[in-house]
Amino acid sequence: MIEEVFSIELPVGERLVINKNRITGKRPLNKRIAIVTGIHGDEFEGQYICYEMARRIMEAQEMLNGIVDFYPALNPLGLDAADHKIPKLGMDLNRMFPGKKDGAMMERVAAAIVEDISGADMCLDLHASDIFVKEIPQVRVSEEFAEDLLPYARLLNTDMVWMNATATVHESTLAHTMNMLGVPSMVVEMGVGTRIDRGYGDQVVEGIFRLMKELKMWEGPVADIHYPAISTDGEVEFIRSDTIGVFFPAIAHNHYVQKGDKLGEIVSPLEGRVLEEIRAQKSGLVFTLREYPFVREGSLLARILTGIEEG
Amino acid sequence: MHKEEIYRVRSPYREDMVIQGYRFGKGEPAACIVGAIRGNEVQQMYVCSQLIRELKELETNGCINAGKKIMVIPVVNGMGVNIGKRFFGVEDMDINRSFPGMDKGDTTSRIAYEIFDEIKEYTYGIQLTSFYMTGEFVPHVRMMETGYQNASLANLFGLPYVVVRKPTPLDTKTLNYNWQNDNTAAFSLYTNKNDSIDEDSANQAVSAVLRFLTRMGIIRYESHSGYISHVLMEDDLTDVYVEKGGIFRSFVKPGEYVRYGYPIAEIRDPYEGFIKQAVIAPTSGIVFFAHTEALIAQGDMAYRLIHRLHQ
Ligand SMILES: [Zn+2]
Repeated sequence: MIEEVFSIELPVGERLVINKNRITGKRPLNKRIAIVTGIHGDEFEGQYICYEMARRIMEAQEMLNGIVDFYPALNPLGLDAADHKIPKLGMDLNRMFPGKKDGAMMERVAAAIVEDISGADMCLDLHASDIFVKEIPQVRVSEEFAEDLLPYARLLNTDMVWMNATATVHESTLAHTMNMLGVPSMVVEMGVGTRIDRGYGDQVVEGIFRLMKELKMWEGPVADIHYPAISTDGEVEFIRSDTIGVFFPAIAHNHYVQKGDKLGEIVSPLEGRVLEEIRAQKSGLVFTLREYPFVREGSLLARILTGIEEG
Repeated sequence: MHKEEIYRVRSPYREDMVIQGYRFGKGEPAACIVGAIRGNEVQQMYVCSQLIRELKELETNGCINAGKKIMVIPVVNGMGVNIGKRFFGVEDMDINRSFPGMDKGDTTSRIAYEIFDEIKEYTYGIQLTSFYMTGEFVPHVRMMETGYQNASLANLFGLPYVVVRKPTPLDTKTLNYNWQNDNTAAFSLYTNKNDSIDEDSANQAVSAVLRFLTRMGIIRYESHSGYISHVLMEDDLTDVYVEKGGIFRSFVKPGEYVRYGYPIAEIRDPYEGFIKQAVIAPTSGIVFFAHTEALIAQGDMAYRLIHRLHQ
């Protein structure tokens, strides 16, 4: 059932509306999982996952125990404009949680989202990297909650679980806020901004059903999943540009490289020459690879997960 | 006056963005003043340029005290200024949310790192800055309550108000916070404008900085002694949020006194012109901040009032 979670009046003839789709199975008081996406308006991967999950559950609703809530668009104005942030305000919605009920417009939106999800038994926040780099499906959890979340994170059929201490698990994110409120919450990242990779989507969908089975929410069949590489910040090698120009990757994404392998090059279209060759400093899996061609000094080109063998 | 290059950001198809510092006097790093970190902070840039003009003259006349060094950085995000963007680069990053930065981080983080490295040794740090919402303030000095701050120092600017703010997680990446954290006494100066120039308010800011530098024994400059500042905690401000969206017509300006129960603004229907909401003053006091855009959304902050203060 489609329900309006929250609305607020914009200046001219329109409301900002947050909708959710609630699918109720047997024993609705059993458990509730919230599947949310679209906090960043230029990330679309979660759209496919919401659609595919809802479609499959509704086809076999008798297999569902409890409630699944889908929130496909937490930043509807951003999604409409493919804007990572909140249009006009220029702020990252995922730095505004838990929000404020009697605060400014978007603080109220954030507070309403938190209130609606509160009490759930699990929350999955689906992201699609950004328009700059492509990611393999991965779960990101902060070290603070890792002990509780890892058993669930392993079931999501991603290629990797990254326990990190940086931005995506920042204090004012939705996932951090929900974890603090006692709702186990995980961030899933995959793909690249403004595109949908259905292969990645299907992979994560199988994982979510597997997780729901673990939570005793899903009685239907689940596919075999594979377990992720589990890594910490110390095992992730960041490769950044030292020059300006246009980057051409020399390898495929999600690919094992050896130390010294060429990862790509940065060229000057004006001068017609290669400015810098990028080589791997360590062996490992390229789990992040730049998609956006223009680079400056400091632009992220790739991330390599080190300390693992080619499997 | 000595002009020095603090950092240079290159770009494939634009000229380099050179962050320039202007140094006056020699000796211990006494005071540093930073202007437009965001691309729309035109007033802030203007204030710094006027300060540089004054300091150049003072230096020629031997009015910079021996053993004191002053640094002014009028513009940081020059690339943003020239294309009308508040934040930096295609990633749309807020440089004032990137401090203290990382020398091997992303481009924005490198900019912040190089600037901070240059200016962190100064005893006093003064930043001309702007609020994330568009609107007008009464001129004031703002400081973070970090345990290192000293509100009585902020009074020496002689501006009408000093506001002490409790830092939130978002504030920890600002220049002001990191200065304080590194034992610089840091102040943020807010004038009434950002993307346009208000001559009176700019002159007031220039005088305030020169007055402060004189009182701290860094320069010799004869000026009016200014105001005895009213010190207030940001949490004590009364925020007025609106309950309708539409055309915003304000009846009061920053600095004006409003009376409890009197109308201070109205919101008109953008189609039919009727009054949708009469905004009533929830308390008597001085208007500290006012929304200045023609349009407003439900939940937007229209005013911040200084509760029960008379002119
Ligand atoms: Zn995201």
